[in-house]
Amino acid sequence: MALTRSVQRTRRLKLQAFRIAIFALAAVFFLIPLSAMVEFSTRANNGSRTLEYWQSITTYPEMTDAIVASLQLAVITSFAMLVLLVPTMVWVRLKLHRLNRIVEFICLLPLTIPAIVLVVGLFPMYIWLGTNLSDSILTLALAYVVLVLPYCYRALDAGLGAIDVKTLTEAARSLGAGWFTVMWRIIVPNISNAILNATLLSVALVLGEYTIANNLLYNNLQVELVHLGRASAGTSIAVAVGSLFFAFVLLVAIAFVGGRPRRQRADPVAAVAGPLQASQA
Amino acid sequence: MSERAGVEVRLENLVRRYGTVTALDGLSLTLAPGELVALLGPSGCGKTTALRLLAGLEEADEGRIVIGGNDVTGLPTNRRNIGMVFQAYSLFPHMVAWENVAFGLQMRHVGTAERKKRALDTLELVGLGKFAYRYANQMSGGQQQRVALARALAINPQVLLLDEPLSALDAKVRSRLRDEIRRVQLEVGITTLFVTHDQEEALAIADRVGVMQAGKLEQLGPPTLVYSRPATPFVADFVGLTNRMAGTVRGGAVEVRGASIPLVHPDTPDGPATALVRPEAVTLTGNADGESGPLIGTVIAVAFLGAVSRVTVDLGDTTVLAQLPTSAASQHPAGSRVRLELRSDPVLVQREETAPVAS
Repeated sequence: MALTRSVQRTRRLKLQAFRIAIFALAAVFFLIPLSAMVEFSTRANNGSRTLEYWQSITTYPEMTDAIVASLQLAVITSFAMLVLLVPTMVWVRLKLHRLNRIVEFICLLPLTIPAIVLVVGLFPMYIWLGTNLSDSILTLALAYVVLVLPYCYRALDAGLGAIDVKTLTEAARSLGAGWFTVMWRIIVPNISNAILNATLLSVALVLGEYTIANNLLYNNLQVELVHLGRASAGTSIAVAVGSLFFAFVLLVAIAFVGGRPRRQRADPVAAVAGPLQASQA
Repeated sequence: MSERAGVEVRLENLVRRYGTVTALDGLSLTLAPGELVALLGPSGCGKTTALRLLAGLEEADEGRIVIGGNDVTGLPTNRRNIGMVFQAYSLFPHMVAWENVAFGLQMRHVGTAERKKRALDTLELVGLGKFAYRYANQMSGGQQQRVALARALAINPQVLLLDEPLSALDAKVRSRLRDEIRRVQLEVGITTLFVTHDQEEALAIADRVGVMQAGKLEQLGPPTLVYSRPATPFVADFVGLTNRMAGTVRGGAVEVRGASIPLVHPDTPDGPATALVRPEAVTLTGNADGESGPLIGTVIAVAFLGAVSRVTVDLGDTTVLAQLPTSAASQHPAGSRVRLELRSDPVLVQREETAPVAS
């Protein structure tokens, strides 16, 4: 018995050490380039510390416009993706189960198409859009919805797979809920983590997108970063660090908002009587 | 709880096809106000399809559904005013118990305070008042199904539909919750359709039991009648255990191994047939050491079932099950020679496996 305990303890310690080592390696892998970027973006020509590059971000009007445009694109793309994907995926699960594979195939297809090929395909459409409707950079959202489909599909699919969509929907319908109420009050709250994950992926992809915007001659954040990099490397790196920090804030927000543990609500009677009766039928 | 009067529910010639498969083949069934009817049958017999058509979760290819005198055949689920408890746990995971129960009331635009009061009252009705603030994942399976029952009842539905609500529970909880459902159903007086593949469940709580096979209702009647006077060999086989004993029909009775047993359908034509005899209609009478005869055999197994035991007797060319009080069965251990006696309860006969005599 004592020997078994000792073996278990040794195994636990080894596992703990292994975890710490992996965590340290990962931290080094991510932190070294980041700290180098921070160091570079805060180093003056004479070697002293300065926030000049960070402060100068706002002095480049093109950069400010590009940041705003990219953020707007991220919001529009995420919203359009959710409006398109969530009801479609729920409907396919409920009513058109045989189409599940086809929908999955279509959603994953953009993964297999290089961005540059996508640009070639989209180019005539954007010429027509620019001539007849609008040449606003926000029209890039159309291309970006296609671009983010595979990643968001996977995230949402995992969320929907974790709940019994059919039974929950039928239960809500039997209680008098219409389809919109079912989606808004029942499905969405139960896949909120998946929606947040899909949104994060969508935002990250849009903020980091360069090829499509550059080739379609739009100036988004990444395109401006490249331009700026040629003019001022320090400012370019400062903006890049800022983007990464924004993504980090989003991740933290998801961890706190989406992953909030569900606790029993305060009820003095239940708090006392509950544990005693929990074991009963 | 407010007083509710049940309504009549009529299913008229319902047909439902899935491609080339006919899941429901002209099902007609009437539930009297406040009655609990259990639909019983093997998997794929169409019982769940019937319930889903009544709920409006599927559309009938033919036929009509009338609830309380109103034709609801074309109405969507959310406008039928039915309460339903599902086989799978169906509580909304992001709501606590009382919010789950209040959801249907909210859909009916009941005010917040009234909604909460009625939800808590309904939870009290199912004995879960103290669990009102728990999420589904903080309750056992039995508790979740009771909350689901409260949720279904809270909206004052015209019909309560129970789709195998006990099948995911362990035996003890199942039995307790089964009685609980019946108590609540009687208290509320709601017309209820209960679908199950568990005959014990159906026989225990239903006013009438409908036995289904291949999309059709084989028999509908009170549990005692379905058990003691099965209308067809399928019902006899499916509800309870049955001994299949070779015999000969002659003059409204069947002769089995020298014993004459009256028939459920005395007009059955004469000739060889298989008699379907219940184990409780077989009794063991005394020791038969050294004797021989058509109803003398050797005990090969005794299964203890509590108050009763089931004894398997080898008659040489066939084995017969006898169900007796455990005290009587204990006198016939495995290996002992016994004499069988067949009680003269009317039985059904079957000509061949493929051609049952059901009349």
